[in-house]
Parts: sequence; C-alpha cells; structure tokens
Amino acid sequence: MKIVVCIKQVPDTEAEVKWDIPKGTLKRDGMNPITNPFDEFALEEALLTREKYDGEIVAITMGPEKASDVLRNALALTVNSVYRCTDEAFAGSDTYATASVLAAAIKKIGDVDIVFCGKQSTDGNTGVVAAELATLLGWSPLTYVSKVRQIDAASKKIVVERAVEGGTEVVEAKLPAVVSVIKGINEPRLPNLIGIKKAAKVEIPQWNAADLNLDKSKVGSAAASTKVVEIAVPPPRGAGEILKGEIDEIVNIATDRLIDLKVIKS
Amino acid sequence: MALDFDLTEEQQMLRKMVRNFAEKEIAPVAQELDDKEEFSYHLTKRMGDLGLFGPFVSEDYGGSNVGYISYIIAVEEIARIDGSQAATLAAGNSLGIAPIYYYGNEEQKQKWLPDLCAGRALASFGLTEPNAGSDAGASKTTAVLEGDYWVLNGSKIFITNSTTDMSKVCTVQAVTGKRADGRPEISCILVPNGTPGFTTKTMHGKMVWRASNTGELYFTDCKVPKENLLGRRGDGFHQMLATLDGGRLSIAAMGLGGAQGAFELALKYASEREQFGRPIGTFQVNAFKLADMATEIELARLLLYKACWLCEQHRPFGKESAMAKMYCSEMYHRVVNQAVQLHGGYGLMKEYPIERHYRNQKLLDIGEGTSEVQRIVIARHIGVPGRAL
Repeated sequence: MKIVVCIKQVPDTEAEVKWDIPKGTLKRDGMNPITNPFDEFALEEALLTREKYDGEIVAITMGPEKASDVLRNALALTVNSVYRCTDEAFAGSDTYATASVLAAAIKKIGDVDIVFCGKQSTDGNTGVVAAELATLLGWSPLTYVSKVRQIDAASKKIVVERAVEGGTEVVEAKLPAVVSVIKGINEPRLPNLIGIKKAAKVEIPQWNAADLNLDKSKVGSAAASTKVVEIAVPPPRGAGEILKGEIDEIVNIATDRLIDLKVIKS
Repeated sequence: MALDFDLTEEQQMLRKMVRNFAEKEIAPVAQELDDKEEFSYHLTKRMGDLGLFGPFVSEDYGGSNVGYISYIIAVEEIARIDGSQAATLAAGNSLGIAPIYYYGNEEQKQKWLPDLCAGRALASFGLTEPNAGSDAGASKTTAVLEGDYWVLNGSKIFITNSTTDMSKVCTVQAVTGKRADGRPEISCILVPNGTPGFTTKTMHGKMVWRASNTGELYFTDCKVPKENLLGRRGDGFHQMLATLDGGRLSIAAMGLGGAQGAFELALKYASEREQFGRPIGTFQVNAFKLADMATEIELARLLLYKACWLCEQHRPFGKESAMAKMYCSEMYHRVVNQAVQLHGGYGLMKEYPIERHYRNQKLLDIGEGTSEVQRIVIARHIGVPGRAL
C-alpha cells in the first residue's frame, strides 16, 4: 500500500502569532515552527496503517526551507521518504493553490492508495485543503474521519467512521481516497533517538514548479481564487471595571448593568 | 571557525522530543509519584522506548551512540520537569550502563547492555557504604576469591536503581586484598540481583527524588563466578573515579535542567501574580532576581557543555566536570531559592511544582561527591599543594 501524508508547518500554538498586516500573511521569520497538531494525527494514522497493512509512507509539505523541520520529524518517525515542494512562484498560495501543488506532488509520487491529512491547520483554519485535494485528484473525499475501520487495497475499498453533528457516520468509499482526520483518532507517538539520529543527517529532497510540471503562471498568488484583503488583530481586552462602595450599592449597580446587557431580566 | 555554539540538527530534534515527552508524560504524574514515593516502571520503559538509555553506547550493544552532549540534553530536559525521573535516567546511564560498557569484557557487555539500553533492565553502582561516603576508599565490603567464586560480605547504602523489579545487576566495589604498598586492593564485581546471599531493602522517607528508587544492599557469603570481575583485579578504585567523572556531567545536567525549570516557573508566576495592582515581575526587585537567574543558567550551560565537549573530544575533562557539577548544583540552589521566594506562600504548597524543585535540588549538593569533594577534586587539578583534604 502506498500512503501519502500531507504535513504543514505552523507557528507554535503556544507562542504569540505575529502578522504582517500590509501583506496579510503570517510573519514566519523567527517563529518556532511545529508540525500542525492535526497533521500529527494524520502522520500517526499513516504509521498505524503501514503497521497493519504494510506498504510505504511518503510525507510531503509545501513551504520554505524552514518547513524541512516537519519532514525531518516525519523521517524520525520512520516514514519512508519525504519531499518539500518549494518555489518562489508558490508564494501567496491560498488553499486551492496549495492543493494544486500537493495534488501535483501526489501524481508525481504515483500509485498512491491513500492520502492522510489533518482536518485543518491551526494557523489558517480553513479546513478545505483535503476536500480540494480529493476534487483535484478525482478521488474519494473522506473528511472529519474519527476512525479507519478497514482498508482493502486489493479490492480498492475503504471503510471509515466520520464524526458528524451528534453522531458517527460509517462510510464506505473507493480507493484512492483523501482522508482528513480529527483530533483523538489516535495517540501520536514521539520519535526515538535512533530515528532522530537517522533523520538528522538526511538531505530533504525538493520539488519545484518545473519538477511538478506546474505552469508558473498557474500557481501561487496567480492561481489563488481567494485573496486576503485585510488582517485585523483583535484589540487587547481592556481591564474590567471594579465597582467600589457599600455592598448593597454595588449589587444594585451590577444588577442594573446585567439588565442593560440583557443577561438577566428585570 | 573553531568556536561554534550551535547544536546539531540531531541535538535540537532530541531536545524537542525529550521536552515533549517530559511535558506530556512526566509532568501530569510527577507530583503523584512523588507523594506516593513510587518508582514508575511505565516512565522508565518509555525512556527506554525513546532510546534515552545508552546514548554513549555503540549500536552493537543496543545504544544510540549520539554522544555526551546529547545525553546531557536529555537529562537536562527531564530534570526541567522532574528530578526523580532524571535521576532514574542519569543513574541508569552513568552508573549502571557506563562501568559495564567501559570496563566489561565482550561477554559481560553482550549479556547486560542490550537489556539495559532498551530500558528493560536497570543496573546500579554499589559504592557508598554506611561508613564510606566521601571517603570512598574506606570500603569495608570484601570479596574473597574461593576457587572459581568471589565470596562477598558487607553492605552498601543509598544505591540508586538497585531494588526495583527491573534492577538486574549491581557493580559492587569491594576490597579484594592488600596491595604491595599496604593499601586495600579494590575491585569491581558484577553481582546479579537475586543471587543467594544478596538481599536488598528499598529506602523510604526521602526528602528528595522520592519517585526514584534507592536501596540498601547486603551481601552475606554471596557467591558469584570469578568471571564476574569487571576489568582487572585491583582496578576498582580507578574505575570508580572515572565513572564518577562521567556521572558528574549528568548530575550537573540535573542542576542545569532543574534550574531552567524553576526559572520558567518563576517567570510565569511573576508575570501572572498581581500585588499592589500590577504583576510582581514588574517590580524591579523581582525583575532583577529573574535577570540574575537567567544569567547564572546561561553561565552554567556554557560550562557544562564545554565539559561534555571535552569528554566527546576524548580530552581530559575531570576538572571541568567537577566544576560543572559543583556550579550547576549550587546555581540550582540559588535559582530555586529565589523562585520559591517569588511564589511567596504558594511556593510552599505541593500544589505548585516549584516546591518539588526546592526539595530535589538539595540532593545535587550531596550525591556523586558533595560540593566539598568537588572542591577537593578541583583544587588537585589546579595544582594546589597537598591533597586538599
């Protein structure tokens, strides 16, 4: 079985995010990049799938030099190979443009049975790349998957559970498929020292637009169907008001305010 | 470009991995294990799974051979969260694995190292005795060669990792005779746990490292095959000194990592806790404390990493390892003392991890050579006349 995992590097979810307001993009310089937490579940699901059915795992990402770190981490977790898609022309990609690049990479890998993605990234939060990828490839889109029940590569069939509002939906689909997974589908493992030692020395291979047979005028901002027109940082929360005085007085003022705010009825 | 402070890609990845492990798997259970004085088989096995045992051991015996700096980073990151688990790891490596790896013959290495490096077994180092602490040469435990067996009699105390269900062997330092100059001949002998005549007792009621295992060992006509001698007869004292040189690096790493953890807790608390209408960290008196802590930690890290670097370069590092052990331990004391001070009354409560840091620090001034013994070692290295005793 041939498995692809799509991984994105995102700013550390515990660190403060900085924006380039005029450009409408994240300031990625100097930030500590981590593997998108949802993609860790995708990567773990790929590892579990390989353990169960054999096969090979190829991890891919699109991003600048720094994005190599997330692939190196995947290598330390023993994925078989990795590719970083990078080209100046990819800058300004929206989700659709990103999916186009990833789809081209998956085609280039060839004979892929299943693609695992996280359900969304923690920075962009769009959650549509997996569906776009399935559409571009013409494969089965299986989103919000909470469990992979069975994969039968020979008869080209997959059965998964999807987390839907208020319950679970069991879906059977044809392979190849693009599966986006939710948090809790598994427990992502940590790499061990032997894995790290091997991964640290590997040169991460790159694919540019030409390698992927992509027309430069049809990628990146040129291909983007959406454009960020404005970024606004929420204003810092001001200090609350502290009421002072006699207790009865304070209670009356507080009650009046709550009534004004329609929190309680008079 | 001779001077280079960058960690390698491998070392950076290792730090990230161990930090993740410590934060996600150790931090949630550390206080409970400390409360219950409970050794964690699960966490020890996990450290084995992650490859943290045997970082300086060749792959031929199941090690990862990533070197001393990597080893020290691993201990540092675990000590940042919990001293007890760092102790299990540091003692397991420096005192358990190292003597067997460096002085064992091929058969002994093949027999013990794969399980030790996988975290399936622990080895301990039987040196300290009730009446031989800093004066380690005053060991009373004896081993007499009778036919094909060594017969051991005596006792050991404060032996880390010696009495768990996974403790499989102890490197015991014993007097095996008298040298030509009249001084005792000391040798190291591998005594498997469970050998008849070898009994153990787990020590309870510790103030520090409560979730690490500490034991008392008793040898009563305990017989082991003569092949269990480690290295050459009479080399025991030298083996012990060299083992402690390496062990000091890991104790220093515990001081450094512990201080880093205590500092981070203090910084966070001082940024959140408000008194007089503002975060207490904004008062200059407190900001200066934090600045001093950060500076001392930086100094300690430079010294320790240099000692590790010397060790990796196979250059003499005994002086630097003693300096690093002493400085990192005492620095941790200063940092955690101020960190508790910043926490005020809450810092005295078990609910706050800084309380555990405060207790755990004290061991580092004492274990594997007290701060005073480190000063003796340093004094000898720098050419102070006499033996500095």
